[in-house]
Amino acid sequence: MSEIAVRDRSAFAVTVRPRSTWRQFFQQKSTVAFFFTLPLILLIAVLVVYPAFYSIYLAMLSKRMDRFVGLANFTFLFTRETFWMVVKQSCIFAVTAVIFKALIGFIVAHLVHTLPAEGQRKWRGMLLVPWVIPPALSTLAWLWLFDPSYSAFNWIIVNLGGEPVPWTGDALWARFSVILVNVWIGAPFFMIMYLAALKSVPAELYEVAAIDGASWWQRLWYITIPMMRNIIAITTLFSLIVTFANFDIVRILTAGGPIDQTHVFATWAFKLGIEGGDIPLGAAISLFMVPILTVAAVFILRDINKRGERM
Amino acid sequence: MAAEALQTSMTAPAEADRGAVAGDRRWALRWAYVFLTLFAAFALMPPIYMLITGLKTSNEISAATNPWWVYHPTLSNFIELLTSPLFLTFFKNSALVAVLTVVITMLISVPAAFALSRMRFWGSGVLATGVFLTYLIPETLLFIPLFKMFATFRDWTGIELINRWYVLLLLYPTLTVPFCTWIMIGYFASIPKELDEAALIDGASWTQTLTKIFIPVALPGIIAATIFAFTVAWAQFLYPLAFTTSQDQLVLSVGIATTLIKADVFNWGQIMAGALLGAAPPLIIYAFLMDYYIAGLTAGATKG
Repeated sequence: MSEIAVRDRSAFAVTVRPRSTWRQFFQQKSTVAFFFTLPLILLIAVLVVYPAFYSIYLAMLSKRMDRFVGLANFTFLFTRETFWMVVKQSCIFAVTAVIFKALIGFIVAHLVHTLPAEGQRKWRGMLLVPWVIPPALSTLAWLWLFDPSYSAFNWIIVNLGGEPVPWTGDALWARFSVILVNVWIGAPFFMIMYLAALKSVPAELYEVAAIDGASWWQRLWYITIPMMRNIIAITTLFSLIVTFANFDIVRILTAGGPIDQTHVFATWAFKLGIEGGDIPLGAAISLFMVPILTVAAVFILRDINKRGERM
Repeated sequence: MAAEALQTSMTAPAEADRGAVAGDRRWALRWAYVFLTLFAAFALMPPIYMLITGLKTSNEISAATNPWWVYHPTLSNFIELLTSPLFLTFFKNSALVAVLTVVITMLISVPAAFALSRMRFWGSGVLATGVFLTYLIPETLLFIPLFKMFATFRDWTGIELINRWYVLLLLYPTLTVPFCTWIMIGYFASIPKELDEAALIDGASWTQTLTKIFIPVALPGIIAATIFAFTVAWAQFLYPLAFTTSQDQLVLSVGIATTLIKADVFNWGQIMAGALLGAAPPLIIYAFLMDYYIAGLTAGATKG
């Protein structure tokens, strides 16, 4: 409709004012569309797509970047024990953190949803605060809460008659700590997404279920979860990407320690690539994030397209 | 009489049932409040602990008294930070970078979203999907090649970008533009077609349609996108950590985490005060514009 209207108008303009062809060129839909999207295309091409492929090339150079070494950086990584530890830790970190974020977000969203409507705002407001504070700064607070000699948690534990916990000193506890902080930051995001999903479930479904005598579990299992499935899937996949590629928390809380036991791909790549000056090796490490990111992205895209078709 | 008795005996169980349901609901509500209080305490504990520590002197912290209580509250940490030229430089850099990032992001993503949602052209569908995919690429994948790219750029042109605060203005839009474009496509798509058709028939140009109709109508979406871009730019940590090192070029997140921590003295009070001051701008925006903030947060998955 609009296209016809525009074409008619430009045809009309040609017959009346033949000299304005230059101006007409800038009024044309395709020209305008080109100039409107050009900055976006340039930005994505130069600062996202190009570096993404450039990193593949970089990963195949020698440390001083003067020689092409093929896959030597990758084979070198495969021989290092630390690499396999990082692979394992990245997966444990991402999967555990996402599961707990999703669970806590789901529970809290339900709790908020049961409140009377006018009270929900206040609770939602408080519960989202961890997501709003810049992660680098809130992790500093956690670092101080976990301090080896002045830990505020240990103060409580010792006063209750327990043993002080080496929050960031012991490998196992340090892994627990980085996951805990990640869950603290990320669970509110799940909560807010699930709450939005819960509100979009039609109330009639629950009324019908109540008339049919469905129990609380049945309503949850047969109405709530199927209705929320899309949002649950998308939120989980999003979070999986972000958590897998996380940098801030591990960097500040443990910096990879003790003895590289809590490094994830991003922090290890930073340590070797930027701090250690071995850019090709750093690029190679971060490239190992690509497979899992691709899988998650494919699933998200499929989901989004499906929804687009339904609408 | 008998009929009446029958009637009451029939209604009574139903009423009792309803009473039981209401009682259940009241108990459920009570438990909900109990658990929500626990979760809220967990959520608010670190920021509260920041405040508690920020109000303490170094002496009180090193004396290892009750960490959850302030015996001699003082604002000296906050005053010291707010009068320290270094901290104010961090603050200024952060504010400058965040505001300019918002401007750049909006200038790029609003026209692009308009073109992608209203002016179907060759490849527009692919480009829209591409924008979304870009959003899924984490910065941890790109910082090393970008670092090398900027170093090569310097070797070729002599223009130094690394270790300058304005390098962040090139880097942050890669994080903000894809998402903002994506949610603006969603907002623009919800505007009825008749509106821009009418404008075009009345002789408005495409640019006029965008500035006079779409931007005012989609203002809530633009506010949500602005808040998103600002908070992302304010909170970024990896890019400034990798690309800036001189103290006068640092932004808050990195400045607090590196310069204040490196000092050997016991200045956790100052670190926590600094972290709280650094968290204040996003928290204030959130407090006043919570609905827009949440709209921007949920738009990514519920729209589009």
